[in-house]
Amino acid sequence: MVKTLSKSIREYKTPSVLSPVFVSLEVVLECLMPLVIMAFLEEIQKQQSSISMATIGYYGGILIGMALLSLAFGMLSGRFAAKASAGFAKNLRKDMYYAIQDYSFANIDKFSTSSLVTRLTTDVTNVQMAFMMIIRVAIRCPLMLIFSLVMAFTVNVTISFVFLALIPVLAAGLVIIILKTHPIFDRVFKKYDNMNRSVREDIKGIRVVKAFVREGHEEKKFEKASDEVCKDFTLGERIMAVNQPAMQFCIWLSFLLIFLLGALLTRNNIEDPVQQADITVLIMYASQILSAIMQLSMVLVLIIIARTSGERIVQVLSEKSNILSPENAVKEVKDGDIVFENVNFKYAANAERFALSGVNLHIRAGETIGILGGTGASKSTLVNLIPRLYDVTEGAVYVGGVNVKDYDLEALRNKVAMVLQKNVLFSGTIKENLRWGKKDATDEEIERVCRLACADDFIQGFPDKYDTYIEQGGTNVSGGQKQRLCIARALLKDPKVLILDDSTSAVDTKTDSMIRRSFRDEIPSVTKIIIAQRVSSVQDADRIIVMDGGKIDAIGTHEELLATNAIYQEVYYSQNKATEQSAAQAAATAENKVENQEEGGEANE
Amino acid sequence: MSKQQAQPQGKKKLQTFKVLGRLLGYLFHYYRWRMISVFVCIAITAVAGISSTFFMGQVLERVITPLVGNPAQGVAPVPWEAVSGDLTVIIVTMAAVYLLALAASVYHNQTMAIVTQGFLKHVRNDMFDHMQDLPIRFFDTHTHGDIMSVYTNDTDALRQLISMSIPQVFYSIIAAGALLVYMFMYSLWLLLVVIAGVLLMAFVAKFVGGRSARQFVRQQAVTGKAEGFIEEMMGGQKVIKVFCHEEESKKGFDKINDELCDASDRANTYGNILMPAVMNIGHFVFVITAIVAGILVNLEVHNLSITGWSAGIISTTVIAMFLNMSRQFSLNIGQVSMQINSIVMGLAGAERIFKLLDEKPEDDNGYVKLVNAKIDENGNITETEERTGKWAWRHPHQADGTVTYTELKGDIRLVDVDFGYVPEKIVLHDVSIYAKPGQKIAFVGSTGAGKTTITNLLNRFYDIADGKIRYDGININKIKKSDLRRSMGIVLQDTNLFTGTIMENIRYGRLDATDEECIAAAKLANAHDFITRLPEGYNTVLRHEASNLSQGQRQLLSIARAAVADPPVMILDEATSSIDTRTEALVQKGMDALMKGRTVFVIAHRLSTIQNSDAIMVLDHGRIIERGNHEQLIAQKGVYYQLYTGAFELE
Repeated sequence: MVKTLSKSIREYKTPSVLSPVFVSLEVVLECLMPLVIMAFLEEIQKQQSSISMATIGYYGGILIGMALLSLAFGMLSGRFAAKASAGFAKNLRKDMYYAIQDYSFANIDKFSTSSLVTRLTTDVTNVQMAFMMIIRVAIRCPLMLIFSLVMAFTVNVTISFVFLALIPVLAAGLVIIILKTHPIFDRVFKKYDNMNRSVREDIKGIRVVKAFVREGHEEKKFEKASDEVCKDFTLGERIMAVNQPAMQFCIWLSFLLIFLLGALLTRNNIEDPVQQADITVLIMYASQILSAIMQLSMVLVLIIIARTSGERIVQVLSEKSNILSPENAVKEVKDGDIVFENVNFKYAANAERFALSGVNLHIRAGETIGILGGTGASKSTLVNLIPRLYDVTEGAVYVGGVNVKDYDLEALRNKVAMVLQKNVLFSGTIKENLRWGKKDATDEEIERVCRLACADDFIQGFPDKYDTYIEQGGTNVSGGQKQRLCIARALLKDPKVLILDDSTSAVDTKTDSMIRRSFRDEIPSVTKIIIAQRVSSVQDADRIIVMDGGKIDAIGTHEELLATNAIYQEVYYSQNKATEQSAAQAAATAENKVENQEEGGEANE
Repeated sequence: MSKQQAQPQGKKKLQTFKVLGRLLGYLFHYYRWRMISVFVCIAITAVAGISSTFFMGQVLERVITPLVGNPAQGVAPVPWEAVSGDLTVIIVTMAAVYLLALAASVYHNQTMAIVTQGFLKHVRNDMFDHMQDLPIRFFDTHTHGDIMSVYTNDTDALRQLISMSIPQVFYSIIAAGALLVYMFMYSLWLLLVVIAGVLLMAFVAKFVGGRSARQFVRQQAVTGKAEGFIEEMMGGQKVIKVFCHEEESKKGFDKINDELCDASDRANTYGNILMPAVMNIGHFVFVITAIVAGILVNLEVHNLSITGWSAGIISTTVIAMFLNMSRQFSLNIGQVSMQINSIVMGLAGAERIFKLLDEKPEDDNGYVKLVNAKIDENGNITETEERTGKWAWRHPHQADGTVTYTELKGDIRLVDVDFGYVPEKIVLHDVSIYAKPGQKIAFVGSTGAGKTTITNLLNRFYDIADGKIRYDGININKIKKSDLRRSMGIVLQDTNLFTGTIMENIRYGRLDATDEECIAAAKLANAHDFITRLPEGYNTVLRHEASNLSQGQRQLLSIARAAVADPPVMILDEATSSIDTRTEALVQKGMDALMKGRTVFVIAHRLSTIQNSDAIMVLDHGRIIERGNHEQLIAQKGVYYQLYTGAFELE
């Protein structure tokens, strides 16, 4: 884990090294300062009022110089630590984000959106904090500990054994506390999630809560979750709260022992007594040593929290995309001819069931193909294989006579335009969104594809027209409008194959048929594959594929299927039953009217 | 909620103190005696902590110095026996003080752990309870993310503030105060040096700390922005792949990532510098104290202390103690300065928490209640406890103190209703609807025409601006909101299922429904079939907003949930929009069974769903432009006809 993560330090190696260097220098000074003070005090004691100004100036100069240097070193190390850790975090986020950009659909499926967001934000922050602590405090504290101890021994060996005895006791105590609290806090975080989920669901479903008058029920539910968090958190914090008294106990005990030993040692060896200054200095070292241990234990906690985060980051970084462009890739897609050859497919290698099995299919360039089938019939799965969003498990898919695995991915996907079922517009103007299809598209090109997708009309109706700002998630346009914008965006790629995965479900039947007609008239050479729920969306296709349970059930024209295929018949009649009687007679007249209106509408354009 | 208004500096400061005061008041409200005892114990610990210096002085002065003597000045060492008594007294006193302080420390640390978590629980529960009473308007005008962050980030910031900052600051104030007194007892001259140093430290802490806090707040804002970007991009990752848009996406990310790095760099730089700066100023004070002490000795200045002019010059013992005290002093100031960030963030969090708590709850002056009723052959209504399947409105009359009962039939009339979400913008104009008991009323119109708005008025999620709404002849403003809502079932497009088993989710409609009743409701909604095919059946646990079910299945469950409530009036807002047409045909049967005998308001995109309605209202820009049943509207050849024949698109 550390190895993978540390790869992201890169250009921040210098500050990452400088920070501990300066921190060490600061520690050295901090530890030397008491010694100089001690010497100074001894001078004062020895000479009393006969002490000369020169002596004072000498010691004063040294001490001020040391304090200045220590200040400079401390600030520099803080500065470098901030720079290094912020930079490290930036690189981590960048590496993860870039890695995710290279993910295949299968990789994306593995991580949920919200988990990727948490990994890129909270987890990185945790690692950043730990990293900063490691290069600053984790270096500082052990150094402080060792230096102070060494210094203490140079002052008085016997008394220093007090520290040597107390350090392991305190350290062991702190480690036990950490080990005990760690599982509790792990549990707390899970309960926290529970509680937050309860709030989130309540806020999201507030209309339901209020409509069913379930406020009291929700309150009880929340209070229970809140109570559980409180219980475990209190337990954890109470164990942690042993820290401070334990620390105080050790400090005070060491003071007590220093005084006692100081007095006793003086009694036993009056020739070489323990000086006043010695005791003052030892007390200083005592607090330095103990506070170093304390800080160290806090760092340890941060590192433990960060370890889980680090693992989650490494998962993202080490996830390798299995769909990559081959060497000597084909960069040109000849035409929109598509062949499925004995294709079997499953989403995961260990999945029991094939999502697609035994698919053999030949779609000629320029053909319009409709695909129909119930939920779970693997309609989307079938078309996802064409732009190589997933790789076939067995068999092969050819586009323009070339195996999709031999294409350069970008070349293939630019010529096989796909409008996904779960489509997304991004925050930005309509124009910006459409230019996803082609970066340097002119306004004329944009308007042309919008007319093709029957989107121009409503865009012109917006006050800002093509510069209308789309909110995040496209919430300020209706479902039908969103779908048509997505189709226009795909058309802008000037594709050889156009796949619409249930992309006109929110568009009304009339506009739907207009879109299909403009496809037929304006882009006849493009292979069009249309997945739909409505029979009317596919019934005028050249051929219709009926899918069921991951297999092709039948292929044929509307008339053929209506005559022979049971599934097709069922779907057809279920959709037309409601309208059967009244629509039957209305349809005849309406059909005429619609035709007239359509022509009228086009004349206007 | 996160948007802060620009306020003049002074007002802002006052506001901060108000928040702090209110927070402490809130804390004391729940834990008065515990907090007082905690403060007392902290004071004991703090005083004991610094008394070590005093003991050191005692040991040096009364034991070690006499033992060693000072040959240079002709002071002879005294024998051990002369000081051993004093030493014993000092050590024993010390041990006693420390033991007391240790007990106090254990007490306040443990109590604070309990108080902090208990208090946070109270705050959370108060917030949640209060939030349940807020009007829908509140949820419409605040993003979910903003409300959530009050429960997560702000409460967390509050935890830091209460468990760490408040005790630490109190400890330091007491310790610093006691140190001042001690120092004053020994030497005024040296005290002046220390005070000058402290002022400098406070100034630096304020300067650096203030900046640091500002930068941390900025870092949080940028983090929020980055999260928004990442969220959007991760959500659209598949679209990015399909459009080979990876490079642009990287570019956009790099920009915001650099910004975040910069903000974090600044914030942490200030944060990291603060401690060494304050500590090293401490070193300076320490050094300067030593120098000044040296000079005092050199000049043979008489020591000035609380006890007046001392006979001799300052002793090395006093100097040693002073050095120690000045060190402790700066340590304490350093500790406080380290809390500046969490204090600023904690108070900002508390402010947002209070803002939520101060939101005005939904007011409800209704006094007409819904009761179970028995109706005899003569039509006399009597109130009962048990569920009879019949309800009545219990209507007390204030004028004469009598109570009348009206049978709940589901007769709903809207007369000339005007409404706007904001007063300046009326979105419904002159809407009149007469729904007789058992009728099915449908609303048709494009997005924003006002269909959902009308249903929001029926259950009083919002109150009308003008006109009247009568429910079985009673003004709905007189009906208690909870009873009004209990009489109406609702199925929305967003299904909003809750984490829990399928059975629990269906039972949400009526908490005392038996398993059999829930299953019957599921059968009615045609959900029973798919539920029994799940491996765990009705005990299947729904997680992550029921993502283990298809949207259509979720809608079936929400229909079952409404069915089990068995309300006399139903509102179906795009209830079947996500069910594929094949399944819809199945659900339709269940829906028809569900609607039978009830007054139903239906909003649907697919006209096939509403053809059999008793009346269809075609809405446009908040007005009813056509009304009638299907045949009438078709014959009219108006907007509905065009919609029906597909000549018009609903948007």
